[in-house]
Amino acid sequence: MTLLAVERIKLFSTRSPYWCSALAIVLGVGLTAIFAAAGDGPIPLGLTQIGSSQLAIAVVLVMSAIAVTTEYRFNTIRSTFLAVPNRTSALVAKAVVVAFIAGVLGEIIAFGSWGVAKLISPSSDLAINTAAEWRHVAGIGLIYAIGAVIAVAVGILVRQTAGAVAILLVWQMLAEGLIGIIPKVGEKIQAWLPFMNATHFVSMGADSPEQGGAGVDFKLSEWGSLGYFAGIAAALLVVALIVAKRRDA
Amino acid sequence: MIEAVALRKHYGRTKAVDDLSFTVRPGRVTGFLGPNGAGKSTTMRMILGLDTPTGGDVRIDGKHYAELKQPLRKVGALLDAKWVHPNRSARSHLKWLAVSNKIPVSRVGEVLEVVGLTEVAHKNAGGFSLGMSQRLGIAGALLGDPEVLLFDEPVNGLDPEGILWIRQFMHRLAEEGRTVFVSSHLLSEMAQTAQDLVVIGKGQLIAQTSTEQFIADATQDHVRVRSPHAAKLREILAAHATVTDDSASGALVVHGIPAQRIGEIAAENHVVLHELSPQRGSLEEAFMQLTKESVEYHSH
Amino acid sequence: MIEAIGLTKRYGRTVAVDDLSFTVQPGRVTGFLGPNGAGKSTTMRMILGLDRPTAGRVLIDGKSYTDLKRPLRTVGALLDAKWVHPNRSARAHLKWLAVSNGLPKSRVDAVLESVGLTQVAGKNAGGFSLGMSQRLGIAAALLGDPKVLLFDEPVNGLDPEGILWIRTFMQNLAAEGRTVLVSSHLLSEMALTAGELVVIGRGKLITQSTTQEFIERSTGNSVLVRSPQLFKLGPLLVDKGFTVRDGADGALSVTGATSDQIGDIAAANDVVLHELSPQRGSLEEAFMQLTGDAVEYHAEIGK
Repeated sequence: MTLLAVERIKLFSTRSPYWCSALAIVLGVGLTAIFAAAGDGPIPLGLTQIGSSQLAIAVVLVMSAIAVTTEYRFNTIRSTFLAVPNRTSALVAKAVVVAFIAGVLGEIIAFGSWGVAKLISPSSDLAINTAAEWRHVAGIGLIYAIGAVIAVAVGILVRQTAGAVAILLVWQMLAEGLIGIIPKVGEKIQAWLPFMNATHFVSMGADSPEQGGAGVDFKLSEWGSLGYFAGIAAALLVVALIVAKRRDA
Repeated sequence: MIEAVALRKHYGRTKAVDDLSFTVRPGRVTGFLGPNGAGKSTTMRMILGLDTPTGGDVRIDGKHYAELKQPLRKVGALLDAKWVHPNRSARSHLKWLAVSNKIPVSRVGEVLEVVGLTEVAHKNAGGFSLGMSQRLGIAGALLGDPEVLLFDEPVNGLDPEGILWIRQFMHRLAEEGRTVFVSSHLLSEMAQTAQDLVVIGKGQLIAQTSTEQFIADATQDHVRVRSPHAAKLREILAAHATVTDDSASGALVVHGIPAQRIGEIAAENHVVLHELSPQRGSLEEAFMQLTKESVEYHSH
Repeated sequence: MIEAIGLTKRYGRTVAVDDLSFTVQPGRVTGFLGPNGAGKSTTMRMILGLDRPTAGRVLIDGKSYTDLKRPLRTVGALLDAKWVHPNRSARAHLKWLAVSNGLPKSRVDAVLESVGLTQVAGKNAGGFSLGMSQRLGIAAALLGDPKVLLFDEPVNGLDPEGILWIRTFMQNLAAEGRTVLVSSHLLSEMALTAGELVVIGRGKLITQSTTQEFIERSTGNSVLVRSPQLFKLGPLLVDKGFTVRDGADGALSVTGATSDQIGDIAAANDVVLHELSPQRGSLEEAFMQLTGDAVEYHAEIGK
């Protein structure tokens, strides 16, 4: 608990998380607002989460990564390891705090988007009833939280803000989608890519063609995909922790 | 020679430098001392034409810095060793400086040799340690073989050998008849380096004098005395002077009479002496005494 | 107490620290000296568990740093004053450190007060001058009221008042029975601060001794004698086998004798003394003698 408090104080005593959160909310909710305002008729539930699942998540990944890389940049990581020589627990605490904040932010953006769509386009049927619909909206927070863990792990491994941010953005926004273009094997590989599986988890299948990953033949159930995504995140974090422990600070 | 006359620099209401006049003569190393916020850096920047005075005037051999055609041939300065592009090699850095002042490029190799950076001359300055950057800065200052040299905290980041080297180097520059003006917070170092002092506080001149005179004026000389008959000696001396004990070494510290007189009194009374050393005050004591009122942050 | 035992650190083929053993005792300020590249920083980082030794170990009161549960309560360190997030306030920086080691928040204000930063505690550390950052670093080191303190170039960026303050401060900490290890390049400053020295060069121990011994051993010592009866005293000293030379201003410079011996001879022969000063070399001279061949970059002195 102590270490969680430490990381919370560290995170909220600088400005960047506030800016990133604000930006993520504006981007996520804003995109939905534009969709709702620009469309002629009612908008489907599947369209309300495009901003949150495709755009705002990138900002959250960046925020999570720089929570670590700035520690390296300003050498506060050394102060941290001096105060808490058990590097594993210090970094796990950071991952937990960052993931928690990302998760909460995800829920705010998801329901914010949903709410703004309902407000702008009252005629739309945006009721959340089925399990798939709940996953679609409330699942965003889980995706954010797990994504944040991946970002923290990448941050620990790369140690530089520019490098970590580039890797995460290219990976999440470009690489996984581009792989689908590879003839024959592309979509088979996509079925096992982490962010694709994350999208699979929040997709409502045929009901939400707007989401990415359509056409990919996922071998796992939606919850299976989430587990797989989380597993990849955990594995990356473990690698990062081992590296951090061995490395000279 | 550097002459400041009624130099003033105000930032809004803050008076960083206020009616400051002093002269730095050639042939000596002159130390520039003052607490934090006293206005040393601002003064140095005004000497070099980087800041414009609000009032007053500062001239180098009668001219403003801005009027010097090839300033690096007249004035060499090391203000901040990190004022170098990190991706430029040490040699290239010196080269553009040389070219800008029509200094033959052969000087670059010479000054690199003087500061001991020849082997790393092709490396990017960004990878230099503070000590190496400092040497590069010094090389830059020497490039134009200038008559006037300004250094701000020159020993910063240098190791003991580097510190000894720069001290001897500054002495030599002064002996060659150059004007050497050095700002530093390290008084124990300055006591060994500077023959003259300009001391400022709160933007105003506190003293301009020789280092020796500065110490003599602000501190009291005393004599350290050790004797196998310390108690007896103490009693006898108490009639003539103020005697205190230095508990750490068991010596007597005598204020008020010279060593000579103590020796005579001891001899008259057949007291054996094991030590009789006149002690001078330190530059630090003198400085603290004189700048007491102009310190910005006080710690407890 | 800090004990280094066979401490070794290699980076590939470079040996930064080579089988280094020394002990830092409580109750006095110990100076840690060496030329650039001698391995001082690496050693300090190994003491603090930041770098992992290739071989050997270093213990703080019998434990390695990484085994300390609440390390800031045992060890306070100032390695680099700039290890602070520039957009974080001084108080917030100290607060997370305090929380991490279960220290009461009142300690934060107490240490801010003791280093004189109370007025700027709410300001971002990025705007601090080097001297203020240094004070903040010292405040962080003091936070856990530790028994062992490590300082790397503590006077860096401080003004004369700050330098005097930190020197007195370190001496007081040592007088309270704490272990204080200070690394510095400023020998004239260390001569005033440290009672004990650990000197290394090229990663190896050159010597560990008291400052006084260190100076006397490598610079020799002489005694300056003034007297109106030097014509009488001089031959007496020569007879005893001491080396007597003419010093400045008509004084004698005597080597081979202590000032005690000379004083006894003077008294026995009714010689009046006007001065009897043991002359000590400087720490700098002694250091240069001993580390002469361990220096990395040689500038050309006197060229």
